[in-house]
Amino acid sequence: MIKRISEFWRLMARPARHLSLLLLTTGGFVAGVIFWGGFNTALELTNTETFCISCHEMRENVFVELKQTIHYTNRSGVRATCPDCHVPHNWTNKIARKMAASKEVWGKVFGTISTREKFQNKRLELAKHEWARFKANDSLECRNCHEFESMDITLQSPRAADHHTRLLGTGEKTCIDCHKGIAHQLPNMAGVEGWN
Amino acid sequence: METFIKKTIAVFLFVSMNSLVFADEPITTLRDAALDKNGPAPTMTNLVNTDIREVRNFAEQPPIIPHNIRGYQIDLNTNKCLSCHSRTAIARSQAPMVSVTHFMDRDGQVLSAVTPRRYFCTQCHVPQHLTKPLVGNRFIDADSLISK
Repeated sequence: MIKRISEFWRLMARPARHLSLLLLTTGGFVAGVIFWGGFNTALELTNTETFCISCHEMRENVFVELKQTIHYTNRSGVRATCPDCHVPHNWTNKIARKMAASKEVWGKVFGTISTREKFQNKRLELAKHEWARFKANDSLECRNCHEFESMDITLQSPRAADHHTRLLGTGEKTCIDCHKGIAHQLPNMAGVEGWN
Repeated sequence: METFIKKTIAVFLFVSMNSLVFADEPITTLRDAALDKNGPAPTMTNLVNTDIREVRNFAEQPPIIPHNIRGYQIDLNTNKCLSCHSRTAIARSQAPMVSVTHFMDRDGQVLSAVTPRRYFCTQCHVPQHLTKPLVGNRFIDADSLISK
């Protein structure tokens, strides 16, 4: 075994006999571009609403609920799609989230939430994962659009202005602490902090 | 018998006079289109979102909700309203606490939390739309009536 590895290493380390250096460098560069571009294109393809709702679990549960909310139906026509809130936008975090999401493929294969009832039973657990993620990154996906520094507090209703200055501005709370269930229905919230 | 005939004639005359008077008037009280047509839908209006408590017209009136409640979930799983208006939440939210009558069951026994019969807030409490009433009314509250 060790002999075979060392033979393979010697083959790899030897200078190329028939291929020119130009071919190897430019060829390698082009191949790299194609591979990298292809990888990112495929990644972006899995980062679309169309992809998310190609599974009935998403299409018939969470997507239906989203449609009635302000993030989908509103006066200004700005719409947040699944990945806007559920996938980090910067590359490293996105890859990390995508790797974690391989668990969801497992769930799909074994039908963990294949019916509405199964989904409802598992909803609290799944929701808790998302709340924990938002809490850990200080509601980054909310802040990609709704940054506190960019809010004109004076244009908000008195209640919203008060809460945002008193709780959000001081860093005492983050978005998800109060705004749970704005895009999807909530599971049984008994025992969840801030809910009775 | 004669009186019956007289009455019948009287009723007939009354009805026909009425129909003469109102014959040309289409029914337009609250209606923009003819009875058999669908009128244009009224425009959607915004909700009152002042966050300022409105006066109650009578003591038992459920106070109206002075803010938007779009998407507020009130069901078996959770009650969004109580996440601000419950006894334990008001320190954080500074919202008015639900009245203690909401903790009473029908025997007047005060429970530790909102009773199931008072759980569905929007059965009594509603937000208001920024729109003119379709019909006027002359309601005045008891205090104004007494002082008259």
